[in-house]
This record gives sequence, structure tokens and C-alpha cells, in this order.
Amino acid sequence: MSYAVETRELTRIFAGKKKRRRRAAEEVDESVGPVTALDQVSLKIEEGELFGMLGPNGAGKTTLIKILATLLLPTSGQALVAGHDVTKDPFPIRQVINMVSGGETSGYGLLTARENIWMFSQFYGVPSNVSNSRIDELMHIFGLWDKRNAKVRMLSTGQRQKMNMIRGFVTDPDILFLDEPTLGLDVNAARTIREYVMNWVRGQKGKTVLLTTHYMAEADQMCDRIAIIDKGKILACDTPENLKRMIRTETTFRLEVDAIRDLTTFSTLQGVKNFSHKDDIAKNRSFLTFILEDEGPVAEILSTITSQGKKVHSLQKSEPTLEDVFISMVGRGFE
Amino acid sequence: MSEAKARRSDLRYRIGLNLRAVKGRSYPRIVGANREPSWIFFEALLPLLGIAAYVFIYQFFGGQALAAITTKTAAAPWGMCGHDPCANAAAQSAAAAAVGANTNALVASVVLGGTMVAFWLNVLWSMASQLYWEKEIGNLQLYMMAPMNRMALLGGMAVGGMVMTSMRAVSTLVAGVLVFGVVFQVASPLLLLAVFFATLIALYGLGMMFASLYLLWGREAWNLSALMEEPIFFSSGFYFPLGGLLKIPGWGPAIAIAGSFIPASLGLDALRQLTLGSTAFGGNFWIFSVTTELGILVGMAVLFLILARYCLAYLETLAKREGKLTSRHQ
Repeated sequence: MSYAVETRELTRIFAGKKKRRRRAAEEVDESVGPVTALDQVSLKIEEGELFGMLGPNGAGKTTLIKILATLLLPTSGQALVAGHDVTKDPFPIRQVINMVSGGETSGYGLLTARENIWMFSQFYGVPSNVSNSRIDELMHIFGLWDKRNAKVRMLSTGQRQKMNMIRGFVTDPDILFLDEPTLGLDVNAARTIREYVMNWVRGQKGKTVLLTTHYMAEADQMCDRIAIIDKGKILACDTPENLKRMIRTETTFRLEVDAIRDLTTFSTLQGVKNFSHKDDIAKNRSFLTFILEDEGPVAEILSTITSQGKKVHSLQKSEPTLEDVFISMVGRGFE
Repeated sequence: MSEAKARRSDLRYRIGLNLRAVKGRSYPRIVGANREPSWIFFEALLPLLGIAAYVFIYQFFGGQALAAITTKTAAAPWGMCGHDPCANAAAQSAAAAAVGANTNALVASVVLGGTMVAFWLNVLWSMASQLYWEKEIGNLQLYMMAPMNRMALLGGMAVGGMVMTSMRAVSTLVAGVLVFGVVFQVASPLLLLAVFFATLIALYGLGMMFASLYLLWGREAWNLSALMEEPIFFSSGFYFPLGGLLKIPGWGPAIAIAGSFIPASLGLDALRQLTLGSTAFGGNFWIFSVTTELGILVGMAVLFLILARYCLAYLETLAKREGKLTSRHQ
């Protein structure tokens, strides 16, 4: 079996910083200790896979992608991309990879969208005639043809992200790193990108995508396998179905209640495996998700809420989602 | 990854890759920058105002010297030739001609210096600090992830900068000639071109070396560029023949020697000799002969390019280890 990406106990620690801050009349040195962004991460991504990394902000997803893209050196461990070590042999890796990040602002505002993409293709040695014909084709697919001659500074966020995606595909990489590619995009633009990525991987042999996202539905819909990462550690790695099956024996309940502040009681209730909450300040509501061993504790949960004088607006038993898997493992949601 | 899909790594492929990279990276500077016609005002006409002050000072002193020669008194019936009265009408004419030639040479020196200022500013702010800007807008990580050689990236920036700035410099030169009526006498056009290109390559080689510093230190390296702007204007003799400093006892030669480490200094000195004649200013204000200066410039070009290559490789590794290569807002 050939792996597109393989990491062995990959660790990345960012050195601490000393920050000097002025508080009132005194100056204080504040030391920020070393941050372990990746902690002994071992992964194997097969050639032809659409692999997802799911985790909240700061989980270590981007750090992993930067190491794999030869932009950052690991502190310890090993990372192989297309069989080559990112530290010792980056040149052959760079020939076969590309990367697109969400919210990217790359390129030059004075150049047109077409010129920008062409420029980046030159850094991979793609002949101009080949690159121009690929650009035209991709611009049609991504619905950017009408904007091909518009200066980049005149493009909207969505159009710009489509341009970035075309930049990623124009070099015909074997391995594509997508770091939150649909971040901040509208539904249609995000759908176009998702569909193209899925077709690109599945429609031809030997193409691999490593996608990082914190959109559960996106990971669920697109990925062959998903690794759940938090605080630099891989918590689980399997197909979306298997991950959800892991907690199928458990029961998930979602409640919408009046804004609730005291949450400590819930964690002490018998049968509550984990729970998360999200507040909607505008509506003065709290949304609670409980992962329960069985339906037993539901009555007690409801009585705990009503005893605080709060009203329960809805109660729903639901099929487990990837977010529930995450809550079950970590004890909190993504936000 | 299967062997069938292994990518090429032979020399021919690498040369093609890096030439395309140079072409790609120079494109935004050559094409993009000229899409805003306002540059003609800001970068060709405004520098004229900068050099105009020096031109008017030199023309004023030239006028004073000419007035002293042409003013007849009882003690000096043919005017003053320096500190002594002119011996006869022929001596007076010769002295007046020398003043005219020296004034033209000084004004021409300023105009040439003004064009070289454009290159120096481009090297400092668009070459050295460019990687900082690239990091801020998110391009740097895309550059560093690409298989091209890093020198191709810097080479593209340099080629684009040279072409773009040459257009601006030529505009300033033409405007200077038309407005200030400067006369140039080019005896060896090929040597002139050789000196010009050797100066540019050495100058941009220096800029490429500085560029690597920005990879690691980001905005902190900004002070270096700021520090090198105005003092270099003086120590490189942008607005006067640098050899003049050698005549000032004490600090003069020290400044002239220090300034000579900037390729623009010797390049400008050689260009002035080639466009004004080596006998201008009585042949007293030149640092070395043109051929010696050309040799030093070629040596500097090679040295700076090699240093840039190693500095960039070292600092890139260091920046990747410290995680500063792609972290913005440093």
C-alpha cells in the first residue's frame, strides 16, 4: 500500500514568548509557555483518499498542513509526503502538492484573476499554453469565466476563493491540501467547491485530498475517512459512518431552553456521558446537547432545568452526528 | 506515490522551471505596476523636484563664478580667473568655458544620481522588504511551497524591479535633460551598458541578500531599510561626485570608502566618467578608473548573489524551524 501522506509521532512545539505589557504604572513581563500544536500525531492517508481533519480552531489542523506543505519543520517525529521526508527532501514533494486556504488573500490586486492564476502556475513550471487552457476550463467549471479579466481587487470574497481553488488545481497536483476551503462562503459557492473536489478525487486515479474543516456536515459529506483532532492529538480516525457508530449505543438529546447559566449540575447527573452548550444571546436561549448512556437521565435533566425557573422550548432525540462524536470524546462542542 | 507519476528533476527541467518562475514573478512588476498611469507623476516627475534643489544650487554657484570671470575691474581688466586676475582675453574665455563645463558636469551628476536613486529606493523598499509584504498578503507561503528555486523567486522580483525602475529612471533622465539642458558625451556605449548592468546586478544582488533577512525578522528588519535610505544618498554620492569626499581631510575618505561598498556608488562614479568624460572636474573627482570600477562591480555582483543564495537558504530553514515563515503581523 502506498501512502500519499504518512506521519510518525509528529510533534510540533512552538516556543514560548515573553510579552511586555504596561499595566497602569508598572511594566509586567508575561511569559507565554511553549505551545504544543501537534502531539505525537501518527496518520496514514492512502493514495486516492479524500481525508478529513476535523477539529475546533487551534486544534493543530493548519500546523499539520504547513508541515506537510514543507512550510514548517516538525519539532520531532517524521512526516512523509508522496514517500519523501518533508525535512530532508522537500523538492519532489513540492512538485506534487498544492494548497488552498480559506480566506486567502493571495495574488496581486493589479493583475486580473486569469493573470494571477497563470503567475502561480509558472512557479510549478507549467507551460503557458497548458496553464492557460486549464485556467479557461476551470474558470468555466467554477463559474468565474465572466470575471476572468477582472482585477483581483474587484472580486468578491466568494469569487476570490474560487480563484484560489483554481490556483490549487491548475498545477494538476497529486496531493492537494485544503485548509478550511469553504470558510465564509455562501451556500452556492461552497457547494460548487465541494462537488468539484469530490469529483476531482473520485474521477481520476492517484489524486489525494487532505481537507481540514470545522464544518461537520462538510466533513461528513465529503470525506472517505476523518481524523478528529483536538489540542494537537488525534482522538479518533475512521470513516464517518464508523465514527458515528462508535456512539450509536449512546443516546443524543438536543434541548432548546431559556438561557441557562448554571451548568455544573448536569455533569454530576448519573448517566450523562458528556454534554455541550451554545448560547443565543439575541434570543436569550441556550442550546444543550447531551450524550447519554440511555434515556434514563432525561427526566432528571428536565427537572434540573425547570427547578432553575427555566422553560424548555424543545426536546429532540436525534441520530448521532460527527459533532456528537466530538462532544462524546472531548466534552465540549466546536464553539 | 507510484514511480509512473514521479516528477522530473533533471537539469533541463529545473532550468525550464526556474526560468518560468522568473518570468512569472517579474510579470506583476512589469505589467501590473504600469497599469496605473499615475506612476508617471509620482515616480518620474516628483523625483525631478528632488534633484531640482541640487541643480539650482550648482547653477547658482556656476553663475557666481562666471560673474566673477566676466566682471571687469581696474585691477582685473579681464576678470578674475580663480584667486588671480585673468592674464588676457583668451585666459578669461578658457576660464568661463571651464566654469560652464563644470556646472554642466555637476548638474549632469545630479541628474544621473537622481536616476540611480530610483534603483536604490526600489532595491530597499520593493526588493529587500518585499518578502515581508508577500508574507502579509499571504503570497509567501505559496511561493515557498512551490518547487521553484528561491533564487528564481528573488530573480523574478529583481528582473521586474529593474525593468520597471528602468522605465522610471529613463523618464527622469529624459525629463532632467530637457528641463535642465544637461549635455552628455557618451564615448563608449558598450562599456556604459556593461557598467550599467553590472551595477544593477550588484545592487539587486545586495537587495536579494537583504530580502532574506525579512524572512526571519519581518517588520523588525524595516529599520534596516530606513537606516540605509538617507545616509546612503550622501555616502554614495548620489548628488555629487563621490571622489570629491576624498579631497576632504579626515572624515571625507572614510565616508567615501564606506559608501563604495554600496554598488551604486562605484557604478555611478563609472557612469559619470563614461557620460561626462574622465577629464570632467579636471579628472580630480573620480575614485578609480572605469575598468577598475567595472571589475569591482562584477566581483560585487557575484559575491552578493552567492551570499544571497546562502543567506536565503539559511534563514528560510531558521524561519521554518521557528515557525516565522508564514506567521503574519510579526
